[in-house]
Amino acid sequence: MNGLLAMIQAIAFIVLAPLFASWIRRVKCVLQNRRAPALLQPYRDLAKLFSKQTLLSYNASPLFRVAPYLIAGATLLAAAVVPLLAVKLPTAAIADVIVLAGFFSLARFFLALAGMDVGTAFGGMGSSREMTLSALAEPAMLMAVFTLAMVAGSTNLSTVIDQILRDGLALRPSLLFALLSLTLVAVAETGRIPVDNPATHLELTMIHEAMILEYSGRHLALIEWASQLKLMIYGVLIANIFFPWGIATEFTPGALLIAVLAITAKLGVLGIALATGETVLAKMRLFRVPSFLTLALILALIGLLSHIILEVA
Amino acid sequence: MDAVCASCPHHQKNSMNNVMLSLIAALAGSLGSALVSLGAGERTWVLSRLAFPLLGLSGLASIYAGLQTLMGAPALTAEWPMGLPWMHWHLRLDSLSGFFLALIGTGTLAVSLYGPGYIREYRHSTYSLGVLGLATGLFVTGMQLVVLADDAFAFMVAWELMSLSSYFLVAFQHQNAANRRAAFIYLAMAQIGGLCVLLAFGVMAGFGGDFTFDAMRAAQLDTDWATITFALGLIGFGMKAGLVPIHIWLPDAHPVAPSHVSALMSGVMLKVAVYGFIRLVFDLIGNLNWGWGVALLIIASITALFGVLYALVQHDLKRLLAYHSIENIGIIFIGLALSIIFYGTGHPLLGALGLVAALYHTLNHMLFKSLLFLGAGSVLQGSREHDMERMGGLLARMPWTGLFFLIGCISISALPPFNGFVSEWLTFQTALQAASLNSGVLRALIPIAAAVLALTGALAATCFVKVYGVAFLGQPRSRRVRRAREATPGMVMAQGLLAGLCLLFGVLPTLTVAALDNISISLTASGLPSASANGWMWLTPISAQTASYGAPFVLLGILFALGGWLLVNRVLRPQGHAGMARGDTWDCGFGPPDARMQYTASAFAQPIRRIFAPVWRLHETIERTPMSGLPLEPARIRHQLHAEDITWGWFYDPIVRFLHASVRRVGRIQTGHLRHYLAYSFITLILLLWVIT
Repeated sequence: MNGLLAMIQAIAFIVLAPLFASWIRRVKCVLQNRRAPALLQPYRDLAKLFSKQTLLSYNASPLFRVAPYLIAGATLLAAAVVPLLAVKLPTAAIADVIVLAGFFSLARFFLALAGMDVGTAFGGMGSSREMTLSALAEPAMLMAVFTLAMVAGSTNLSTVIDQILRDGLALRPSLLFALLSLTLVAVAETGRIPVDNPATHLELTMIHEAMILEYSGRHLALIEWASQLKLMIYGVLIANIFFPWGIATEFTPGALLIAVLAITAKLGVLGIALATGETVLAKMRLFRVPSFLTLALILALIGLLSHIILEVA
Repeated sequence: MDAVCASCPHHQKNSMNNVMLSLIAALAGSLGSALVSLGAGERTWVLSRLAFPLLGLSGLASIYAGLQTLMGAPALTAEWPMGLPWMHWHLRLDSLSGFFLALIGTGTLAVSLYGPGYIREYRHSTYSLGVLGLATGLFVTGMQLVVLADDAFAFMVAWELMSLSSYFLVAFQHQNAANRRAAFIYLAMAQIGGLCVLLAFGVMAGFGGDFTFDAMRAAQLDTDWATITFALGLIGFGMKAGLVPIHIWLPDAHPVAPSHVSALMSGVMLKVAVYGFIRLVFDLIGNLNWGWGVALLIIASITALFGVLYALVQHDLKRLLAYHSIENIGIIFIGLALSIIFYGTGHPLLGALGLVAALYHTLNHMLFKSLLFLGAGSVLQGSREHDMERMGGLLARMPWTGLFFLIGCISISALPPFNGFVSEWLTFQTALQAASLNSGVLRALIPIAAAVLALTGALAATCFVKVYGVAFLGQPRSRRVRRAREATPGMVMAQGLLAGLCLLFGVLPTLTVAALDNISISLTASGLPSASANGWMWLTPISAQTASYGAPFVLLGILFALGGWLLVNRVLRPQGHAGMARGDTWDCGFGPPDARMQYTASAFAQPIRRIFAPVWRLHETIERTPMSGLPLEPARIRHQLHAEDITWGWFYDPIVRFLHASVRRVGRIQTGHLRHYLAYSFITLILLLWVIT
């Protein structure tokens, strides 16, 4: 039963990730007075890409062809361990938050290698920038995670969420700082404005898009899907760790129904917040991003120190 | 079965005999390999058919003896009538030395497979093969004896044997002046380090009354003397291991040695230094002081970050790997520092966790660093190129080396499900337990060290994307690389063996931790009972509630992804409209992209160079050759980048300047007049007479 629920949860992740991306796009269109595409448009795009011919460069090595599957696989593993609807699922024990970060690193490693594979200047540029920025984001992310882990006394996501639920609505400064820091990291890691612009293909500004410029057909579909999945994972992480109310702690139909409604509402609000942020902010220059990520690190450090100084009796 | 038979004395005695026999075989093999190479002369077959197989035998025997002892065979002691007449050599094989002996054995085994193919390089050179084989054999013997030694005298003899024979290996290609310089710096620092180790043992022996380790263990040192011993040991062993700022010999010496020796030096010898440190601090001094841990934590964090940042700006493949060794030594010592802090503050369980994390990383670093150095050697031999800026597209030319090198890159970048990830994860888990400490400063300091570790890991991944992307992917940047060929089967097999072990130790962390736990129990009498409490699939270092990692499931997920690829490309094989086609690379409508348009290694690291600019002293030169008639249009641009080690400027130069100045001052007494020298002799005599009376 638990295993079945874990499976359903993972499938829900895969199936709903394009919808979340589409929701953000829709809100953005509304905010910018544009006509929005249909909510199901990302699914149509994916279906189209899957059925199209896959074009490979003469220079592409086997790694270029395996990479999309590994990227999708690693992201899927990450999705399988994040509690979407319920805590205490058996899959949650496979990986804690640090392993989760490891899954993202694995996917990024292969994405960056694939960017270098064909041997174009764009690919190398994208890989170089992506790896640099992620290297700076990693300590900030782990600091935020450490704050959570110290608050809850565990790095297992399920236990962390359970602990925060049990503490009730306690206003902890450490969690507030961790939330701010993790949000900044999430923006950088998922390549959203102001760090990267998912909608642009302008040579000098793109990061993520530069790496996947050579991909087409089902390879591109897998990578696009994986990046939508990653966005949703970060959304669910923020929603369920810092606002865990509604998540099912027991596996009854009623609790699960409430969990579905709660996560829908939370992700809906989060999507609106992200779209608003993307509308009011401009993309920043590449070499401003390090200060952005340093801010995230410092916020996380403040969170950690405030936990150590204020909250440990 | 072991548990049942451990109690029956007959079996115990039998296994002890086996261990003893294999120990003798191990030493005889490596020593024999050294001796037969003496007669090598110009004949490569003496090395490839005799010396290297003997080394391999010695490696297998070391692995057997080491693993038997690690898995619970009783500690073995022996006294050999060698050395001084009143002090025979004491040897002892306990679980700690067993682990390191198995480590040496694995490295030696891989090198013995690799060596025969690699020394073809020197077939027609002026370098003596006999010296190579002799020094390699003695080097391995020295390392084996270091971990077996049970008294300070035997330890120092073995230590110097290891240092001196490796000096000859570094200086092997001596016709190049840079190699001679690297070897000299190595020798000088090895001797200073050896002196510090000797002094540390001297202090211990002074309190213990004898040079045997048993007497030192029983010695009661007061806090000040214990701290002095710790500091001497840290300098002595840290110099060999490559802690910043006393690492300076390492990035020079490792690249210039023959590649299989680089693998031994970086993969195995640095571990012997780690062994010496653990033996001295955890076993002989024993009474751990948390203050040492704090000092070590700071040094180790700086070492880790320094190593990876310098690696990022290198473009010589082996030099880059050498800087990564510094980084990984930093990570190992972070684990040891955390262990000392936790033991010193009375948290033996967490102390054991830190120690196990450090030992696990020691094992992992041996595996992937040897693998990467062997891969670099294959590239060097296959393409005659050591500069990454001229490589590219090697994966298509050397598919097996490319595959195994990729596994090495993933492992060293600490990505799941490979081995590097497990040990870094364990180190993070140790650091996260800082909340249980009473001191607020420590609680704040340890997470910051963990943040440094996170940054180090992420930068290492960046660096290895650079290495693999520039060297193995893309298009060849020079003609020699375009003609590169795959290494010999033996060389490929050696890399395959290490790559397989990288995966194995990544997927079976629970069993590995259970084995390493024996060392922690025998050294400090505290272990990690909970690590394997939930079966072999789940690694739960503290408790299942606190943190868990199911490595086999991660491998399953990755295999699932690869299966999906096979399914699509081998079974479904979409044809026609949804099929696959080859075409030119997208060129934005201009001419087709050529190999020179690719991102280079320097270009890849440029954002990092800009962000962390103060860390290096960079020498960047750009030469433009203008086109005739068009002064603004360059015909040729040459870009050169050299990162000078910043420690030369603020650590070594002042020392050298001080030495020079003091030598000049002392030199003033050398006047050249006979009467002055007579006066000196007279004054000395008077002084001596005064002292005696």
